[in-house]
Amino acid sequence: MTAHTTNTLTITTPEGIMFPMILAGPVTRFAAWIIDWMCIMALLSFIGPIIGLLGMISPDFSSAVYGLIYFFLSFAYSILTEGFWNGQTLGKRLLHLRVMDIQGLHLSLSQVVIRNLLRAIDGLPALYMVGGISCVITPYSQRTGDLAANTIVVRSPRLNRPELTRILSGKFNSFKAFPHLCARLRQKVSPDLANLVLDARLRRNTLESAARIQVFHQLADHFKSLVLFPETATLGLSDEQYMRNILEILFNDDKTLSQKKTP
Amino acid sequence: MILDLNKFITQGRVIWSELEDILVRIEQDPDLKLDMEQLERFHYLYQRTCADLARLADFSARQEIRTYLESLVARSFSLIHKPLRSPENFKIFTWFFSGFPSTFRKHMTAFWISAAILMAGTLFGASAIALDSQAKPALMPFSHLMQDPAQRVAKEEAAQKDKIAGKKSSFASYLISNNTRVAFFALSLGITWGVGTVLVVFSNGVYLGATIADYILAGQTRFLLGWLLPHGSIELPAIILAAQAGFILAGALIGPVRNKTRQRALSLKYRLRNISSDLFTLMGGVCLMLIWAGFIEAFLSQYHEPAISYTTKILFGTTQLMVLFIFLFFSGRTKPESDKGRQIP
Repeated sequence: MTAHTTNTLTITTPEGIMFPMILAGPVTRFAAWIIDWMCIMALLSFIGPIIGLLGMISPDFSSAVYGLIYFFLSFAYSILTEGFWNGQTLGKRLLHLRVMDIQGLHLSLSQVVIRNLLRAIDGLPALYMVGGISCVITPYSQRTGDLAANTIVVRSPRLNRPELTRILSGKFNSFKAFPHLCARLRQKVSPDLANLVLDARLRRNTLESAARIQVFHQLADHFKSLVLFPETATLGLSDEQYMRNILEILFNDDKTLSQKKTP
Repeated sequence: MILDLNKFITQGRVIWSELEDILVRIEQDPDLKLDMEQLERFHYLYQRTCADLARLADFSARQEIRTYLESLVARSFSLIHKPLRSPENFKIFTWFFSGFPSTFRKHMTAFWISAAILMAGTLFGASAIALDSQAKPALMPFSHLMQDPAQRVAKEEAAQKDKIAGKKSSFASYLISNNTRVAFFALSLGITWGVGTVLVVFSNGVYLGATIADYILAGQTRFLLGWLLPHGSIELPAIILAAQAGFILAGALIGPVRNKTRQRALSLKYRLRNISSDLFTLMGGVCLMLIWAGFIEAFLSQYHEPAISYTTKILFGTTQLMVLFIFLFFSGRTKPESDKGRQIP
């Protein structure tokens, strides 16, 4: 387990797989707390009149119940929601945050309780100043409750399933007529360079026309210096079309498929 | 090397989607129970996704795909690696009668440190009042304790009507909230390597010592015992136990501690992991004790002679203290024979 940048924590599983977790910063966490605080207030204002009805029987009992519920909610809201919602309160859920064990393991109830009991310190002197300062100065953005409970708060945005077929297929590729050049290209191009081309292709719509022409012109020039395809294959191709063909050769190796299709 | 990305995605997408669907189902319904077949499938999908992520380490690939797979692995990892003691195994009676006192006994050093600091504070407060009775305003921040004890006793005993009539429940609620907050502070301040916990316990000892000395010097020992023992016999031990939890936390932070079996120093992370369930257990017990003490203080401690005799109250408080002592020191003890039977040959 290492923190390779200031805002990620890398976990290594027993299988030897490494994955980073994006740590939530103090500002996002404070925003989540504001939402949670508003939830508690809303809940109290909803329960208040109902408890007030007990006042018809005994005002003393009604006031005692309200006092205890207020105290209970201020501590138990986070414990219950984080305990039963896999480390998320409503505020954290809305902002895609999650409390996790520092080793990426499942959060235990005792960890949830400890981190929330220590809010008594983190909330001092007001507006979670101790907790906020602790988040800023600790390597994994932990407030004191997190330090004691061995927990971290991570950002877990919902990610889209990868989809590249739209970009990589369906167009005639004149370069494929020269398999030896394609093989040489794959040999010469580094993974980073290949990624750069794919990035340029995926972001083409975000570029202005002049910038797009310039980017693809520079890329095409560079690739022409690596492997030069004959003029019959490149005739009439714009720089962008040239790079699309290159991209398909790099990432969409259908050689094996075409071999399988051959009887 | 450059990965055939299209083929990689086409082949992997079915597995990833199925895993993501299971994850979403579990995350939306934490009580969801998977049967053995579903669990095996979940584990298989996790391993396949791990393998795909491992393949990406050797190949060039889109950052989005890597991030997506990492997110799937991270989410699955935390669900697969659950703690052995899950909440489903939690039995409240076993926890209260066995887990709580056993945990208390497991950390006796922290308990004795906590009790010693309270005692030191009490002695300091009592000595200060005995030497300088004018120190009361500085040592006791409670206005109702400022008056002369003899006058207060005379006033309480002469009272014709119940001064907290109609407020008893809300008074109990206030006491429970306030004392529980103090207990949480005593625990939480353990994070300051125990310095804060020492201050909380010592200052509470000073208030207690000053009050005790004030009443004893005024010749009101019976009243004092009748007033403090019914709720104090639970409330004070509860605060000591909360401070014990604070010192356990401080001990884990200070470390290093030698693991008796492996004879090697445990890292801070493991030391904290080892104590988290103990802190939870202790604080759970402390909360229950403070709820009981709050009700006793509101409904019994505030009534004095002639409404209720001091002897009865002192007897009640003493009995309660003895029961608490027996409970904490002997409840949930297992016989050595049964332990021997469990040993692996």
